[in-house]
Amino acid sequence: MKSVSKFGLCGLFAILFLAMMLVLPGTDQFGSQVAAQEAASGDVAPAVTYEPAPKLTADDYPKVAGVNGRLAVWVCAQLHLWFAAFVLAVPIFVFIIEAIGIRTRDKRYDDMAYEFIKVSITAYSLTAILGGLLLFSLILFYPHVFTYLSTIFSGSMLYYALLFFAESAALYLYYYGWHWLQGGLRKWVHLTIGLMLNAIGTGLMLLANAWLTFMMSPAGVDPAGVFSGDEWAAIHNFLWNPINIHRFVANIAYGGSIVGAYAAFKFLTATSHQEKAHYDWMGYNANFIAICALLPLPFAGYYLAAEIYAYSQQMGITLMGGIFAWLFIIQAVLIGTLFLSANYYLWCGMGRSTGAKRYTGYMKYIAIVLVGAFLVWFTPHTLVLTNAELKALGGPHHSILGPLGIMPAKNTAVNVMIIFTFLSFLFYRRANKVATVSWEKTGNIIQVALFSAAIVNILFLGIYHGYYTNTVYKVAASIPQVLTTFFVIIISLILDSFIYRGSREIGPLRWGKIPERAQYALFLLAVSFTWLMGLMGYIRSGIRQHWHVVDIMRDASPDAFTPTLGYAANVVSVATIIFFVLVIFVFWIAQVSSSKTLPAGYWKE
Amino acid sequence: MRKFLTVVAFMVITVALFSGYSNYGIPQIEPAPPPVEEKLDLGSMTMDQFVALGGRLFEGKGTCTLCHNSLGRAPMLDQIGANAQERLDDPRYEGAAKDVEGYLIESLVEPSAFVVAGFGKAGSNDTESPMPSTSGGGIALSEPELAAVIAFLQDNGGLEITVEIPTDIGSETEEPDAAGSGEPRPAMTSFQELSDEFACEACHTIGEEAGDLGPNLSTIGASRDRDYIRRALLAPNADLAEGFDPDMMPADLGEQLYAGELELMVDYLSKLK
Ligand code: HEC
Ligand code: HEC
Ligand code: HEM
Repeated sequence: MKSVSKFGLCGLFAILFLAMMLVLPGTDQFGSQVAAQEAASGDVAPAVTYEPAPKLTADDYPKVAGVNGRLAVWVCAQLHLWFAAFVLAVPIFVFIIEAIGIRTRDKRYDDMAYEFIKVSITAYSLTAILGGLLLFSLILFYPHVFTYLSTIFSGSMLYYALLFFAESAALYLYYYGWHWLQGGLRKWVHLTIGLMLNAIGTGLMLLANAWLTFMMSPAGVDPAGVFSGDEWAAIHNFLWNPINIHRFVANIAYGGSIVGAYAAFKFLTATSHQEKAHYDWMGYNANFIAICALLPLPFAGYYLAAEIYAYSQQMGITLMGGIFAWLFIIQAVLIGTLFLSANYYLWCGMGRSTGAKRYTGYMKYIAIVLVGAFLVWFTPHTLVLTNAELKALGGPHHSILGPLGIMPAKNTAVNVMIIFTFLSFLFYRRANKVATVSWEKTGNIIQVALFSAAIVNILFLGIYHGYYTNTVYKVAASIPQVLTTFFVIIISLILDSFIYRGSREIGPLRWGKIPERAQYALFLLAVSFTWLMGLMGYIRSGIRQHWHVVDIMRDASPDAFTPTLGYAANVVSVATIIFFVLVIFVFWIAQVSSSKTLPAGYWKE
Repeated sequence: MRKFLTVVAFMVITVALFSGYSNYGIPQIEPAPPPVEEKLDLGSMTMDQFVALGGRLFEGKGTCTLCHNSLGRAPMLDQIGANAQERLDDPRYEGAAKDVEGYLIESLVEPSAFVVAGFGKAGSNDTESPMPSTSGGGIALSEPELAAVIAFLQDNGGLEITVEIPTDIGSETEEPDAAGSGEPRPAMTSFQELSDEFACEACHTIGEEAGDLGPNLSTIGASRDRDYIRRALLAPNADLAEGFDPDMMPADLGEQLYAGELELMVDYLSKLK
């Protein structure tokens, strides 16, 4: 009965959605045709004229019951973003895992995919609730901002709502239909629903990204903020795609890390060996997903930063050279934590295979290199915004480590970090295998040569460009460095798969045989990721400084000032804790739904 | 349950560490507050004050130091004295400026008119400046503010200050007498009117009228320049005329006089030769 009513609900959503899809674009077209006709016939075409962005005063911000409006919006937005990132990311890799299952016909994949999506389904309604809360607080505390944005984005806001319905329909269908749509054609139908779910989810994210990037790099409006009427121009603003890319990738890594924490917890509380093995495997896969998405992130990040710089040098300097420069030191600490904990987890996982002993000796060197690279990344460079701040800091350059603070050094560090993380992974892959090809030795020599050459090349590029060329060419190193990194990763993967073609397994992988402390690495990953996201959300908003819409709509509220980093960090911390309380609730609910209590003698027989 | 609590504790401690690091591990800088519209009281401003205003705008509202600092993001402006002429003579120069002041104005209002070699936007081959126009957009310096910044640049670059303190500023910045006794009085348009109102001739000899409490001003323009006269009116005790005591000459003329009136007076007096 229960499931029937749920299907009813799904159906309703689906019908509603279809109806809207059919009706709305139609009216839209109709509307524009009418307008065109009127214009053509020379009638007084009721051309929509838009107002310039309002000039606000402190009185335009309602004070409600002593609540700090900025804080309320901030926390709601952040919580909404976390859940949204999670529920958008999970279907992406669920889809991939399901496809792997279909290909390999290994049912474990299908079960795992199902368990992942189950975790995200309760989170979905929380996403919606928090989104509602965000909207509400925005309208309540920043009515003029909301009004201004919604005149520009009226169309996309409508589509956002529609997509949200569609997303719900697709998600419920995908989840509740999982066991129903099994086997042969049905499985393909199911996979197709998964694809649609992802397409819709990505669409949602792209729309929301358009609104927030518009606030950073407004387009489709004149300098006074008068809207040209071209919504696509406003959506397709300068920073839209850079943020789209960075978020898309970051979300996947984030989703992986949260699911990893879930698996880790289940592992710790598992009672049977079988259960332990299952959750170990799940945790491993989640971590794998997180790492895969983690590797390209620094590049997406620097691309984003470069685009911000290209859009407005002022904004770029505020981001990387102003007071926010210190924030990137915190970011470096967090990213270092991410890389180290992901690697640590891999190293612990070596215990699953007997053959791993051959490689454990190398781990400490990898660890040393990672920490070293991390320290370079961590070194700040220029930190100036105003002279007052300059005085507070005692100088623009870090006193001792100045040269390590510049971009080429950081790029070098990132690339080295990525290559070594990849090396960890390669060792992990090899741990349980013995190559049988005759040219194994040669192959290994090539691998070593490949890695060495790449590292030398990266160091050379970094040092040469960092210290022997002038400012303009300093960043020129980054592209060949990245290419080197990618080249190594791809070639070495291919090479390794040839070396280990037809290889012998040393023994079965003993899933579940992993120390408990490894699970804490997964928690660390999840917490650091969440916190990092919060921090970066702050910086993204923060670089707008005292503008709602940069250079167009000024923030005249008493809260227009930029808070100190410590304050921001505390807000992020509190929000993170709220988030995890909600996540624990979500996981608990997921568990409750599958447990049964037999109330002996309660019901009449 | 114990496991659960351990995990929760672990997470809370992690978060606390991150927070602690951000609060105590890095210096806490109070970011500069958003710029406020400075109420310009240009009327009662000496050139020094005007230059100082320019300096404040340069570091504050203008956000110039964000780029124009020792880090090589933009040309240093303390050498602008020597540089500006060089720019004007540059064969690449196609702007409209004829003199250094014109070049400075152009640099501020239309930065891409001429881009210093090597500083253009990436890929623009020095045809597009990364510097935003400071008269519009987010910086939005007003006319008098631009003039003040230019005065500052000239002063700072070792140039002669050629801009004048604008007098015909719009009503938005013109502020009625701060000590405001109700209605602002209408502005006076001749020196005689002002002199009568402020009783200059009670103490000074100017032409026919004779007062002897203060120095004779009949030929003041011959010995003193405009700056000196302006300063004498605004800060009488700054440089005393020989043989006279301080604190005689009224010190609140800066508050009493409108900017235009002040300039009118300076004009008039400096022509008395
Ligand atoms: C976003 C960074 C940035 C900001 C903010 C900025 N500038 Fe610039 N400025 C530049 C760059 C880069 C150049 C060199 C390229 C050019 O000639 O336009 C430049 C050039 C100049 C020049 C010409 C210098 C020369 O040697 O010819 C002057 C004058 C100038 N700026 C003044 C200012 C003032 C005054 C402000 C503040 C109101 C300011 N700038 C704000 C980046 C900036
Ligand atoms: C109460 C008498 C008094 C009145 C009224 C007065 N002054 Fe003066 N003034 C002085 C005295 C005394 C000095 C010399 C001391 C000093 O430099 O402050 C002086 C100095 C000056 C000087 C500088 C002369 C020099 O060579 O250094 C100027 C210019 C001047 N007054 C203009 C004016 C004008 C214009 C007015 C009318 C708005 C005015 N004064 C009203 C007493 C007066
Ligand atoms: C391994 C490296 C990196 C990781 C793990 C990482 C992670 C993240 C995450 C999780 C987010 C939040 C995404 C979201 O809101 O959906 C984010 C946003 C952001 N990141 Fe990164 N990032 C990395 C590198 C960088 C670099 C190098 C920069 C710039 C120099 C950067 C700049 C930003 C900015 C400005 C945002 C805010 C944009 C937004 O709200 O989406 N990131 N990052």
